[in-house]
Amino acid sequence: MREDPDLRGESGDAGEARDKAKLPISRREFVSVSAAAGAAFYLAACGGSSSSNTTTALSKEPVTINNLFMQQAGYSPQDLAGMTKAFEKQYSNITVKNTLVPYDALHDKIVASAPAGTYDVLLGDCIWPAEFGSKGIVQDITNDVNSLDVSKIFPGAIVMAKYQDKYYGQPWILDTKYLYYNQQMCSQAGVSGSDFKTLDGMVAALKKIKQSGVQYPWIGSWAQAEAVICDYAQFLGAYDGQFLDSSGKAVFNTGGGVKALEFMKMLLDDGLANPASTSSLEDDVLKSFTEGQNAANLNWTFQLATANDPSQSKVAGQTVIAHTPAGPSGKAPGCNGGQPVMISRTANHPAEAWAFIKFISSAAVQNQYATVSLPIWAASYSDPRVIKQAGKDLVDVAKTQLPDMILRPQVPNYNACSTKLQVEIQNALLGKSSVQDALNSAADFFDSNANA
Amino acid sequence: MRPSRRYRIFIHVAAVFVSLIFLGPFAWMLIASISSQKELLAVPLDWIPNHISFERYHEIFTAHGDNPFANFRSALLNSIIVASSAVAISVTVGIYGAYALARLRFRAQRPLLLVFLSTYMVPPIALVIPLYLIMVNLNLLDTRIGLVIVYCTFTTPFVIWIMGNFFRTIPHELEDAARVDGCTRVGALFRVILPLARPGLLATMLFAFLVAWDEFLYALIFTSTTASKTAPVAIAEFAGRFTTDFGLQAAGGILAALPPVLIALVFQRYIVSGLSSGAVKG
Amino acid sequence: MAGRAETAAPGGPVGTRRRLAWRARTRELRFAALLLIPSIIVVFGIVIYPILRTLYTSFYDVNSPFPGSYPFVGFDNYTQALGNPDFWSAVRRTAYFTVVSTGLELVLGLGIALLLAAPLKARWLFRSIVVLPWALPTIVNGALWRYIFNAQYGVLNAIFTQIGLQNHYHAWLNSQTFALHAVIFADVWKNTSLVAFLLLAGLTTIPRELYEAAKVDGVSAWHAFLRITLPMLKPAIVVVLVLRTIEAFKVFDIIYVMTRGGPANGTQSVALYTYQQAFSNELFGYGAALAYLIVVFIAAFAIVYMRAIRSEDTAMGW
Repeated sequence: MREDPDLRGESGDAGEARDKAKLPISRREFVSVSAAAGAAFYLAACGGSSSSNTTTALSKEPVTINNLFMQQAGYSPQDLAGMTKAFEKQYSNITVKNTLVPYDALHDKIVASAPAGTYDVLLGDCIWPAEFGSKGIVQDITNDVNSLDVSKIFPGAIVMAKYQDKYYGQPWILDTKYLYYNQQMCSQAGVSGSDFKTLDGMVAALKKIKQSGVQYPWIGSWAQAEAVICDYAQFLGAYDGQFLDSSGKAVFNTGGGVKALEFMKMLLDDGLANPASTSSLEDDVLKSFTEGQNAANLNWTFQLATANDPSQSKVAGQTVIAHTPAGPSGKAPGCNGGQPVMISRTANHPAEAWAFIKFISSAAVQNQYATVSLPIWAASYSDPRVIKQAGKDLVDVAKTQLPDMILRPQVPNYNACSTKLQVEIQNALLGKSSVQDALNSAADFFDSNANA
Repeated sequence: MRPSRRYRIFIHVAAVFVSLIFLGPFAWMLIASISSQKELLAVPLDWIPNHISFERYHEIFTAHGDNPFANFRSALLNSIIVASSAVAISVTVGIYGAYALARLRFRAQRPLLLVFLSTYMVPPIALVIPLYLIMVNLNLLDTRIGLVIVYCTFTTPFVIWIMGNFFRTIPHELEDAARVDGCTRVGALFRVILPLARPGLLATMLFAFLVAWDEFLYALIFTSTTASKTAPVAIAEFAGRFTTDFGLQAAGGILAALPPVLIALVFQRYIVSGLSSGAVKG
Repeated sequence: MAGRAETAAPGGPVGTRRRLAWRARTRELRFAALLLIPSIIVVFGIVIYPILRTLYTSFYDVNSPFPGSYPFVGFDNYTQALGNPDFWSAVRRTAYFTVVSTGLELVLGLGIALLLAAPLKARWLFRSIVVLPWALPTIVNGALWRYIFNAQYGVLNAIFTQIGLQNHYHAWLNSQTFALHAVIFADVWKNTSLVAFLLLAGLTTIPRELYEAAKVDGVSAWHAFLRITLPMLKPAIVVVLVLRTIEAFKVFDIIYVMTRGGPANGTQSVALYTYQQAFSNELFGYGAALAYLIVVFIAAFAIVYMRAIRSEDTAMGW
C-alpha cells in the first residue's frame, strides 16, 4: 500500500470534513482503525496510556500550529520551508509557524516552554524520549506511530523514540557515524580500503600509515561532550558489548564496554590517534580531515559533502565513506544519531501536529528532500531519485549501516548519566584513572541515577 | 606644567602595547572573516590569506528572506532598540533610587541596597521557567518590550549600585549650599549632583548598555523570530549542529561590536571631561 | 520640600526637638519611598514572583518543569549540595576564577585607567580601542579564544611554532590547569576595559588641587599615587570589586562556549554546574537550592569587601 499522508480513515463526521481524501478506504482498514479509535477512547476514559491523534478529528476551523525545529542540520531550513509549504497547500486551514534554534538551545527551549504549551511539534534528539516521556513533556503517540506501516521503517530508526514499549516520537532525521578515510594517504602507505573492515585491520592500517609519515592517522571527537559517548558506543557495539542488560542494570563496565574504552586509549597511547582528540568535537575532526592531517576517522554524514567540496577541503576527491569497522564478533553497528519529532503534551492542536508529523516523515516527502538526512523507509534506498540526490556512495553504505544501529541507553536521567560517563571516559583517556575504575564509577552512577 | 619627556614616551609606549593586546585578536577576527575556511585552518598558518573574499559580509548585508544572514540584520536592530530602551528606563528610574540610597537616611537603607544587589546576584538560569510562564501570560514572549522589561530587572540594580557610590563621593556641602539657596532636594540632584557625577553616569550608561547588549540566556529562551531576536542569539545561529564557520562568527562578532564602540566613542569624551576641570568647582 | 526643621514649633524645647526630629525622619522616609518606588517596581515587578517561586521550589524534590505537587524535602536540597564534592570542586574553581580574574582586572584596569586619563595623542583612538574587547559579544569572545588555543589550527600554536618556541602543535586545552587559565585570560581580556572605564570615572572625582599640592610639597609621583589616588579611588574600587565578583561567580557563557566545562570538568564553574543540574538534568529543586547558595556565597564576598574597604563618607554599604 503506497504510503499516502492523506489516508487517515477516520470514522464518522470527521471523515466528511476530509472531503479531500482521494483514496477509498478499504473496509478492513476502516474496521481496524475504528477498533483502534474505540480502544483509544476506552483507554483514555480509563485514564489509560496513549493518545491517538490519528483518530481525533482535525478541526475545520483555521488552526495555527507552532513548531520548534533546529537550524542547519539534517534538513536545511529551505528544505523545511518547502515541506511546510507543501503541507499548508494540502491542508488549507492549517497555518504552520516554525521556530528554528541552534541545536544546543533545543533541549532548554523544550523544557522551558513545556508548562506554557508554546509549541505543538518538537524536534528532539534520540536521547530525549525517555526523559521527556517520563516527565510528561511529550505525548505518548504509540497509536499514531503504529498507524503507519512500521514494518517498512528501518528497525534501527523506529526504536529511537521508544521508551518502555511506547513511542514518544516519530523518527524523522536519520544519522549515524560512518568511517571516512583518505584514499590517497592509504594508497601511499600501501593500505587498501578493505583493511578498514575490521578493527584489527584498521589498527594495522593506521600503523602503516603512521610509518608512511602521517603523524596522527586517526582522530576522535572525544571532548567532554555527547560526542565522545557516540564514538564509545560505536566501539562498544563492535566489541559486542551492551550499555544495559535486560533488567536495566549498567553492564558497560564489563566485556565489550571495557574493551571499547581500552581500544580508544590504545589508539592514543600508541600515537595512532591525535592527542587533541580529547578536546575535539565532530567539527574539529572534520577540519582535521579536510586539511589532510589525518587519514581516517568516524563521523556523521555531514563530513562527506564538506570533505569533497574543493572550496572547503584540501582533500576533495580523496574521501571514501565506508561501513564502520567490525569487532572480533563481526558486529559493526553505527551509533544511532537520529532525531525524532515529538508532540508536546501541552500542545494546543495535537491532531494537526500529528498530521504535520505524518506528512514530513512520509516516504514521498523524505525522498524528495533526501541529501544529508536519509529517509527512514527501507524502500527509499532503492529509489533512483534518492540515490541521485544523496549520492550513490552514501546510499550504498547507508543501506547496510542504518539498519544496524546501536542506541544509547533510553533512561529518564540520561543527561546526568551521560555527563558522568563523559567525565570518566576523559579521566581514563587522559590517564587520570584506569579504564576499569572509570567505567565502574560511571556504572555505579548509572545504576543509582538513571531512573531516579 | 608640562609632563617630562620620559613620561610622555612611557605612556605612549604603554598605550601602544595595550592597544596591540586588545587589537590583536580583533585583527585576527577581521582576517578570519575574509579568509576561506581552507586557509583559516591551514598549518602552517599564512597570516595574510591568498584569497580575500568579502563574501560573508556581502551575504549578511544583502541576504533576503528567512535565513541566518538576513535575520542577523534584524537582530542587530533589535539589540540596539532593546539595549537603549533598557538603559533609558533603568537610568531614569535608577538615578532616583541611587540618590535615595546614597543620601537619605532611613532605617531600611542598608538592607534595601543589599536586596537590590541580590537580584543581580541570582543566576538567570534559576528564574527562567517561572519567568517564562509570566511572559506567556502577559503575551510578552518574542517581543522587544518583554526583553526590555526583563533586562531592566538587572540593569537597574547595576545603575543604582554604581551611581549610588558616585553620589556618595560628592561632598555634602555642595548640595547643602544649593538647598540653602532655595533648591529642592530633587532640584539639587539635577543641578548640582548629576553634573558632577556625569562621568560616572555616562560610564554607567555605557556599561548598562553593554550588559544588555551582551545578554544571551534570556534572549535565547524568550525570543523565537526576528520580531525580537537579538544579536548574540543570531550569531549563535551561525553555527550548525556540528560545523562552525569561525569566519562567519567573526564577521558577526565584529559587526555586533560596532554599535557599542560607536556609542563609546561618543561617550568617552564626556566621561573624561571631568578630569581636566576637577571635581570641586571652588 | 526643603528641610525647614529649624522653624519654630509649639511645645517645650526637648519634646519639640524630638517631635521635629521624628517628623523630619518621616518626611525623609516618605521622600525616600517616593524616590525608590519606581526602582522597586522596575526591578521586582516582573521577577519577584520568579524569585519567590524558585525559592519555594528549592524546598521540594522537583524533577519536571510542570507545576504540581512534589514531595517536600525541607533543606535536603541544600544539604545535598553542601555535601556534594562536585559542588565544592565547582565552588573552589569558581572562587579561584573570581579572585584571579577580578584581581588581574583591577590591577590592569587601574593601569589602563591611568593611561586613559593621561595626555596621549589621539586619545579618542586609544579609548575606542580599549572598548573593543568589551563590545564583543561573549559568545564570539569564547569562540575566538577557543579558536586561538585550538590544538590543530590555532593561532597560538601557529605563533609559537613560527617563532620557534615549539616544534609541533600542542593540545593546550587538554590540560585542566591550562584550560582554566585560558578561560580566565579570555574573561580578563574582555572585562578589563569595563574596570578601566569605571576607575577612570572614579579618577575624575579626585580634585586636581590635591596633586598640585603634593607636587609643591615635593612628593614623588609614586607616593602621590599611593597616598592620594588609591585612597580616593576606594569607592570606585569597591564598586568594581562587587560588580566583577558577582559577574565572575555567575560566569557561564564564556566557559560553555570555550570548553563546555571540560576537560574532565576542569573548567566547570558553579553557574555551569547549576545549569547542568537544573536544566540538562531537570532537577529543578536541587538547581534552585544551588542558585540560592550561589547568592549566599556572593553576598558573603560582597559583605567582606564592603567591610574591609569601609570608609564612612565615601563608600556605600556597611
